[in-house]
Amino acid sequence: MYTIEKSKLSDLFGAISASCELYLPVKKAGQNNFTKYEAGTEYCDELKTVKSPKDMFFPQSENIVSFEKTDGKIKVTPDTIPTEKTVVFGVRACDVASFDVLDRVFLSEPADSFYKARRENCTVVATACSEPEESCFCSVFGIDPSEPKADVATWFVGEKLYWKALTEKGEELTKAVASVLTEENADGTVEAEKAKIKEIVKNLPLASLSLDGWDGDATEAKFDAPEWEKLSASCLGCGACTFVCPTCQCYDIRDYDTGHGIQRYRCWDSCMYNDFTMMAHGTPRPSQLQRFRQRFMHKLVYFPANNDGMYSCVGCGRCVNKCPISMNIAKVIKAFGGDKS
Amino acid sequence: MSCNCGTPVDKLIPQTVKVVSIRQDTPDVKTFRVVALEGEELFDHMPGQCAMLTVPGVGEAMFSITSSPTEKGYKDFSIKRCGLLTDYLHSMEAGEEVCVRGPYGKPFPVDTEFKGKDLLFIAGGIGLAPLHSVINYVRANRENYGKIDILYGSRSKDDLVDFDEIENEWLKEEGINVYLTIDREQEGWDGHVGFVPSYLKELDFPPTSTAVICGPPIMIKFVLQALIEMGFEKTQVYTTLELKMKCGIGKCGRCNIGSKYVCKDGPVFRCDEIDELPNEY
Ligand code: SF4
Ligand code: SF4
Ligand code: FES
Repeated sequence: MYTIEKSKLSDLFGAISASCELYLPVKKAGQNNFTKYEAGTEYCDELKTVKSPKDMFFPQSENIVSFEKTDGKIKVTPDTIPTEKTVVFGVRACDVASFDVLDRVFLSEPADSFYKARRENCTVVATACSEPEESCFCSVFGIDPSEPKADVATWFVGEKLYWKALTEKGEELTKAVASVLTEENADGTVEAEKAKIKEIVKNLPLASLSLDGWDGDATEAKFDAPEWEKLSASCLGCGACTFVCPTCQCYDIRDYDTGHGIQRYRCWDSCMYNDFTMMAHGTPRPSQLQRFRQRFMHKLVYFPANNDGMYSCVGCGRCVNKCPISMNIAKVIKAFGGDKS
Repeated sequence: MSCNCGTPVDKLIPQTVKVVSIRQDTPDVKTFRVVALEGEELFDHMPGQCAMLTVPGVGEAMFSITSSPTEKGYKDFSIKRCGLLTDYLHSMEAGEEVCVRGPYGKPFPVDTEFKGKDLLFIAGGIGLAPLHSVINYVRANRENYGKIDILYGSRSKDDLVDFDEIENEWLKEEGINVYLTIDREQEGWDGHVGFVPSYLKELDFPPTSTAVICGPPIMIKFVLQALIEMGFEKTQVYTTLELKMKCGIGKCGRCNIGSKYVCKDGPVFRCDEIDELPNEY
């Protein structure tokens, strides 16, 4: 185990960013989000970023290929696969788990080369959540916020940051920044912190949610259930929930005219939008009820059906905080009787 | 990483192809034949698979590949004019270039379940396009299959896609029966008049063939009903589903229905598999 004084964090960030691009939670214009580190950037220790770190591997919009047309001939130029080495610091356990969900999608055959390169080039430094909040329910998905499973796990306790490499990539990063870290046998301190976190998590209001009845075989039982009508009645179809969600991965592919060619890019999209499935002769999901149901059925039934029971939700609670009509996946689970309390 | 070599760095990157011929099939359907640029190769496909056609700046959409894999060196796409991209395609001239990526999806089980079977093809309108590929594949490997019946209907004689090929080749082949029908009486037509599902009941095929249906959703529904009445099992009947697509590789989420992605688990489904999907197509 290694440590560094909190007051010396900028030394750590300086050392990391000397050899690669560092991203960390930074507060800008009142919003905490993962941002590229530059000298002087201050780490924000709030529990949650507004947007999840999925941008690291699946940017909100990214160029994939361009077309140039001269004398009727079309030249196709794929955009460069990213090669920068990156480190993302301060990722919470739920968000670390969300990477596994994204991997299932983007790394399954045929793998997405852009995502794959970004993922391979990145070292993830996770931070345990000293104070999980009311909107958190990661434990329902078997995630332990006291012990994030990334390349490096860190804990903020008192005036120090405790640092422990968990993978080869993590060891390498640790070696690279060894000069600013102090080796210390601090297992006792960290164990005490973990126990404290576990106790908080146990008593969170949403910790009693139960996923009983939600699995890959639940389509018949859930699809035509009357609950959807009330749940979806006031949904605005704004898509905020999908944009802040670390596991939502739907995207659109579009072209724009740059003036000297056509650039094709992909960008986040939302199954909550009415044009998402629109075809020339109409859409199979004309009502908001259908679109709403699709989002939750996908996360709790269809995704597990294809991924060995893995849910496409990590209980980060962002949708709980951000939905303008206060609808969210926790309420959906509850409405179907999923509350053990 | 600039490459125009036909081996894209990612399944999302298309390659340029040349449209060598455009055939007007019906008032609103044209068949486009594309070939790889000099020194390049086009992907291989199997009957029922699709490809994304791009006109840069105009759009990209998924189309069924109409030609059979046994026809080497080119791919045909029979395309109905029904939107921005297809309007543009219909305004093109032979010699122009477009981009293509693929192939996508699960093909018809021509080398497995279909082998040794009598086959009954039932198509309506532009629905002949995906079946065209299977039918010509089966014709090219005739020894592997039993009797072939083709029931094809459209609004009018002019709306029968590939009419020339049907009349000059399919109708003349031994072991292949073609039954054509049009919705309403028309001058110069002495064939059958009526909708596909009712003609199907009239013909009363024995429920021993493997049936493949393709056409508008409403036709598929009534044809399937008729087949069940005739004693067919759903496990003997195949069809294709159509949903909006963007990526073609099961990642963008667009074509998701239940636990399936039409782009990679379809577009070909056996009718008993469709029963397991939520009713949202
Ligand atoms: S559905 Fe809500 S709680 Fe679940 S991962 Fe997405 S934003 Fe977080
Ligand atoms: S954030 Fe709320 S209102 Fe907006 S689409 Fe999601 S559930 Fe509906
Ligand atoms: S088209 Fe993207 S998932 Fe099927």
